[in-house]
Amino acid sequence: MRHRRFIISLLVYSALLGMALGYLLPVWMMVAGSLKPDAQVLLQAGSLRGFLPSEISLQNYHDVLARVPFGRYLFNSAFITLSIVLCGLLVNSLAGYALARLQWPGRDKVLLAVIALMIIPLEAIAVPLFYEVTLLGWRNTYLVQIVPFIANAFSIYLFYTFFLGLPKELEEAARIDGAGMWRIFFAIVVPNAKPVFATVAILTFLTQWGSFLWPLMVTHSEAVRPLPLGIAAFYTLPPLQWGDIFAFGVMMVLPVLLIFLVFQRWFVRGVATTGVKG
Amino acid sequence: MLPPSLQKHDLFAAWTFASPALLGLLGFVLLPFVLAVILSFSNLRLGSPLPTEFMGFTQYQRILTDTAFLHALKNNTVFALLVVPLQTGLAMLLALLINQPLRGMVVFRTLFFMPVVFPLSLVAVVWVLLFAPGPQGSLNSVLELITLGAWQPRDFLHDTRWALPAITLTSIWQGVGFQMVILLAALQAIPLELYEAARVDGANKRQQLWFVTLPQLRNALIFVVLVTTILAFRLFDQVQIMTQGGPQHATTTVMYEAVNAAFASQQVAKGAAMTVVFFTIVLSLTLLQRYVIKHEKVIE
Repeated sequence: MRHRRFIISLLVYSALLGMALGYLLPVWMMVAGSLKPDAQVLLQAGSLRGFLPSEISLQNYHDVLARVPFGRYLFNSAFITLSIVLCGLLVNSLAGYALARLQWPGRDKVLLAVIALMIIPLEAIAVPLFYEVTLLGWRNTYLVQIVPFIANAFSIYLFYTFFLGLPKELEEAARIDGAGMWRIFFAIVVPNAKPVFATVAILTFLTQWGSFLWPLMVTHSEAVRPLPLGIAAFYTLPPLQWGDIFAFGVMMVLPVLLIFLVFQRWFVRGVATTGVKG
Repeated sequence: MLPPSLQKHDLFAAWTFASPALLGLLGFVLLPFVLAVILSFSNLRLGSPLPTEFMGFTQYQRILTDTAFLHALKNNTVFALLVVPLQTGLAMLLALLINQPLRGMVVFRTLFFMPVVFPLSLVAVVWVLLFAPGPQGSLNSVLELITLGAWQPRDFLHDTRWALPAITLTSIWQGVGFQMVILLAALQAIPLELYEAARVDGANKRQQLWFVTLPQLRNALIFVVLVTTILAFRLFDQVQIMTQGGPQHATTTVMYEAVNAAFASQQVAKGAAMTVVFFTIVLSLTLLQRYVIKHEKVIE
């Protein structure tokens, strides 16, 4: 019995290790490539030598910073994503609370409408939205990349279901004490709803941070474009230097990777809750 | 209608709580959605001097006889047929392995989930180099090594047969962690008593997997399959970066064509018609999922 268990765990480990190796290959290639002189990157991409930089230099990183406004892209990405996440948390949680706890005429119909809107992905409305923001004169601004994505049906729905599950007693007690709705919400409900705020924050972050299609359609200048467009533009910017491209990639992914590793438990939990949507 | 406890200022609070988000949804989801349908029946072209007119189904007739768009529909379908079983299968395998009560499984979970935080545009750029043509390309040389030199190096992204599979592989690499985490959560939610009962009834490991694990995962699996299928129809970023729809429309997609129509050639009406087709596909998939899950509950 012990013997068998040992063989099983050996099999599990070797299967996982094998796949992990294949999985890490592109990441390793990127990191190693970013540390090598440009000429070596493509030359060695196929050989085993390609995976161990013979001479390590930060020249590529230096070149990226000199060739493109990397800091600008990073700031744009961070500013746009954070604005959407923070405004979204506020606006969607308030709506979720109004749907779960407050009574107002038309509430049930609005709830059904919100659930129905959940299935409309950005792609289904990208073209008319593009036309709409053109009419509004919003193209090539921060505004156009932030405002349309603050209100989110799925976030409202997540808040709504979470608030339904909170015990009502605390809110009722506060109400008897004469607290207003705003006070009840911010002083009692929000502190008891941290998990759902974390989940919504992370899911919003994951969808917005890599956003590519929409900014590609509505922006054209570096001043407001985010990182994903930065790397796409940099990748076609002559001279094509893979070492620089990889250095750009490493710098682009490092901050998020750190956030991910620190808050990993929350990321995993957040994604797992999308599974309950069905 | 209102309960007596509800005072006037409560009603006011309810509306102030709900209205910012509802206005946002109204202006940036519902309105564009309605606009998509209306525009698709027009001939709107940005910057065109011609007046916008009602055109009936002309745009739909146009796109459904458009070679590029028909290729796009076919490519999205082929892509879905490749990605859905491969990615779900791999995610399932990973989830089952990582769910084993062994040390260090969290490390593997972290590793396979990691690319989910990588922007697709970055992943696409990195994989362009992996697919580099000639014997120096990473994948080419790995395949040459494995086949002991029998592999003929090729230019994956410029080959009509290989370009779409190449994009498929890239997408799976980036996305499998997401599905894995959902399936892992579903696996861990299965009550242990079910396995005990199965053991008491004399079920071996394989029978437990077949008669306990998989039926319990049914809804999670349906969800994962649906989300992956919808994602497959949303395919855009990788195509834009890796192949621009080429070679010879071999990798173009519905979204790629829609964006190009609206953006590159300013034909907003045509692009709108394409997104309506896209939404019809997404809607039917969602309704199908709802039906399948409801159906199951009736049987129970």
